[in-house]
Amino acid sequence: MNLPLTIKDTQNALLEKKFKAVELVDSYLDQISKHNKEYNIFLTVTDEVAYSKAKEVDKLLAQFDKKVIENNPLFGVTAAYKDIFLTEGRRTSAGSKVLESYIPPYSATSVLRLEKAGAIPLGKLNCDAWAHGASGENSDFGPTLNPWNKEYVPGGSSSGPAASVASGMSLISLGSDTGGSTRQPANFCNLVGLKPTYGAIPRYGVIAMSSSLDTVGSLAHTVDDIEIMFDVLRGEDGFDAVVKNFNKAEIKTKFKLGIAKEYFIKGLDNEVEKMIDDVRKVYEKAGIEVVEISLPNTKYMVPVYYIIMPAEVSSNLGRFDGIRYGNDRNSFGEEAKRRIMLGSYVLSAGYYDAYYLKAMKVRSKIIEDFDKAFKEVDAIISPVSPTPPFKIGQNTSDPLKMYLEDVYTTSANLAGIPSLTLPSTFSKNKLPIGFQLMGSRFSEHNLFELGKLYHKEINYKPETAI
Amino acid sequence: MKNYKPVIGLEVHIETNTKSKMFCSCPQNHFGKKPNTTTCPICLGLPGALPLANSEAIFKTVKLGLALGAKISKFSRFYRKHYFYPDLPKAFQTSQKDEVLCIGGQLLGKEINHIHLEEDAGKLVHETIDGKKFSLVDFNRSGCALIELVTEPVFRNIAEVLVFVKELQLIARYLDISGADMEKGTMRLEGNISVTTDSKIPDYKVELKNINSFRFLEKALTSEIERQIKALEAGEKLIQETRGYDEVKQTTFPQRSKEESQDYRYFPEADLPPIQLGDEMISKLKSEIPELPVEKRIRFKTKYGLSNEYINVLVSDIKRSNYFEDAAKLSSEYRTIASLMINKKMDKQYPEAGGLIKKILELTKISYSDDASVDEAVLVVISKNPDVILSYKNGKGQVIGFLIGQVQKILHGKGDPKFISLKLIEKIKK
Amino acid sequence: MPMVKHSLKTPEAKRSKIVNNIKTKLTREDVLHVAKLSSLTLTDAEIKKFLPQLSRVVEYISQLSEVETQEVKPTSQTTGLVNIFREDQIKALNILPQDKALSGTDIIHNGLFKVPAILEGRINK
Repeated sequence: MNLPLTIKDTQNALLEKKFKAVELVDSYLDQISKHNKEYNIFLTVTDEVAYSKAKEVDKLLAQFDKKVIENNPLFGVTAAYKDIFLTEGRRTSAGSKVLESYIPPYSATSVLRLEKAGAIPLGKLNCDAWAHGASGENSDFGPTLNPWNKEYVPGGSSSGPAASVASGMSLISLGSDTGGSTRQPANFCNLVGLKPTYGAIPRYGVIAMSSSLDTVGSLAHTVDDIEIMFDVLRGEDGFDAVVKNFNKAEIKTKFKLGIAKEYFIKGLDNEVEKMIDDVRKVYEKAGIEVVEISLPNTKYMVPVYYIIMPAEVSSNLGRFDGIRYGNDRNSFGEEAKRRIMLGSYVLSAGYYDAYYLKAMKVRSKIIEDFDKAFKEVDAIISPVSPTPPFKIGQNTSDPLKMYLEDVYTTSANLAGIPSLTLPSTFSKNKLPIGFQLMGSRFSEHNLFELGKLYHKEINYKPETAI
Repeated sequence: MKNYKPVIGLEVHIETNTKSKMFCSCPQNHFGKKPNTTTCPICLGLPGALPLANSEAIFKTVKLGLALGAKISKFSRFYRKHYFYPDLPKAFQTSQKDEVLCIGGQLLGKEINHIHLEEDAGKLVHETIDGKKFSLVDFNRSGCALIELVTEPVFRNIAEVLVFVKELQLIARYLDISGADMEKGTMRLEGNISVTTDSKIPDYKVELKNINSFRFLEKALTSEIERQIKALEAGEKLIQETRGYDEVKQTTFPQRSKEESQDYRYFPEADLPPIQLGDEMISKLKSEIPELPVEKRIRFKTKYGLSNEYINVLVSDIKRSNYFEDAAKLSSEYRTIASLMINKKMDKQYPEAGGLIKKILELTKISYSDDASVDEAVLVVISKNPDVILSYKNGKGQVIGFLIGQVQKILHGKGDPKFISLKLIEKIKK
Repeated sequence: MPMVKHSLKTPEAKRSKIVNNIKTKLTREDVLHVAKLSSLTLTDAEIKKFLPQLSRVVEYISQLSEVETQEVKPTSQTTGLVNIFREDQIKALNILPQDKALSGTDIIHNGLFKVPAILEGRINK
């Protein structure tokens, strides 16, 4: 496919009249119709809305020409949304049979913001049902396949969003990240992914998974594109009480990075470990100091996550009783049922103190670890997944095995801090391997700076898998 | 025959008179509206919806706490309280548990445990459609801001309960936090009732629900206490249960609720940042509290000397007590004004207090003693009190009051005080 | 009639022991209990499948008991924000018209959501 792979290139091409927005949509829809059946990426294709928006964009271009970007920073950008983002009048399923026919009466803030900025919505993307998963295999509508190799998972729970951008079915996509659900699939599909600061981007209209952990994730080919998306999405919306406006932090000129010694555990694959070492070398070559730091409570992050998250899940999924919308609770899949029950268990009388309250306390300790670390360094380099992408069916027999995938990603959610995941290299099996950069709250713009630097140093070029 | 005494605690729910609901901007007032027409994604519990707290509801709750002498928590939080019921759209109620807004307090000597803020659920009605029984849900009321006040089990008779509830209702109206109208549902009650032969609090309690008028409150409590005493005297053991009141049969009946006590799985509401009330804010709210009924009654007694019955009637209605005070500025015929208002409802006839005063003057002029009688009485009093007259002449002006009183004695109170005063001064000068 | 205690629980014997406040192993009764709390109906096959899976996870998360948290305050939210309020105003634009409010289901009657008759009284309020 020869479509431009960045926002700037797309917009330049539109301005240079290389093609019209409606023709752009033709191409993307064509790609979807060619490959979607095989890879199971889109659950709903909204071609009517796409063409209608594209026509609007073409009108604006005709009227404003170069000035169109002033009020429409995402003009002409094809986008697709994880199916947990509510879209008014367009089916929203959460990847679950419970909502397989659900048509919401309102749209999520993030959807409205992207579309107001000129983005062209192509449809709704497959995901692990209710965002529960790290591979895409928990979708009630069949797993999504990794565009780089169909035998492998694209990662989860934002499986569709990652596969969509990686397969050239959309230029950008929206995912969510509660325990790594945007970063891990971005990592498995060779994309740049952002888990923002908790409270940077409003969650209104995103089906809630875990209220103290959920964030709106962005996926694209380059850091520049992620940055443009972030600036469109962030800020108060009058609905999400945890969101505060913030001014861009001053971009630093001298950085210091850290790698936690606790990251080098038994389960860390050799290739991933080598990649981290190579990343360190790249930054050092660019004149940035990389030091060893300690995050002593790292080994407790997954147990803390698997107490807090299921508890909040059990609470947030209570509203699905089939009375006002959706099918009844018997339509929940296995993983959803497991998490709901686990959550009720850790909140129940007699167990609350030992589990939920305890987890909230250990969470405080984890946050303290990061506060201490960020006094020393500006960002932390970390693997995203302990291994390169794994095969479909490899981890499905044992839920606990799948949970351990989250070992490097849950910390950012527990601490509420941002993390940028960057494609780095490919494994010997020709599957993507990348890393993440974690920063202190609201330090996204400095992470972007570090990400751009890294990609410049390695001469990174975006590419699609098919 | 053992001497059984009731032990009663109350849970009072007061719907605030805010414009909007607790966590969304839908109208708080749903009375008489078509079903499911005042809802939004938030109060309907749609996927993806998020709550945002109504500051005014919080301030009204704090005012109630301040008025009742409660301690206002500097730091307070919302919690999720989980259970499944069709009228609870999120399957949890956003309420408070630890760290509630107001702790303690008292009213008429009855201790209050705490006051907290929460959201209301929707309404469920039962209907038979084509021969089959269904329940129908209206979410207009879902998400409405609701203040909950819980007392200690300190009531020992029904009269105390009625007085307490009436006073609480009045205070809510004085504070302008709610219409507190039981018929409209803006004030709802639940009683926890047990009986004991000694002063110990029994280990069971019966929850009486759905009490929506004062009349039913009295009847339901009476009937339930009788039932409990009868049962205990027959040797039965009483269980913890929930009962409703049947207005027709005039008895309480067990409501079928789940056998197990509910495990609400409370945990803090992460979507709502905590509430931190500083001294400044609390002082500001305190300063907005008007004169409360108990203070007004005392003031009316000392200032106007009215009977307790008259005072209670006037104080029970802010508008009428304000009217009375407007009238009292124009005329000191306090008892007459009150009497005409209360017995003849004349304030309805004369929407302006001035109008009533005019009418009073008309009515009362007729019954004043005539000028000749006043003259005579004045002369008698002057002759009988030479020292007092001397004091007056020497500058002690306030003794005129005493002299007026002496004249009124002779006239059996029928003199016009202003006219008497004029005559006295006239004759003293001579 | 037996005196029923203030808080009722499934008889302790049938639910697993708590050692040092931490569960050691889940029982079938535990699974049934949490399923009931969560308003989930499980088939026998599901109970058989979930029991060992949930047990393993509970065992795993129980390792938190070894962390020292005596003086630690719990975190329920990472923003540190307080007093985020909404003004007491009606926003007509946000109100859903009746048809939109009812649009998620066909099971309605005269503008109301319809459910099979609820025989149980409301436990709370």
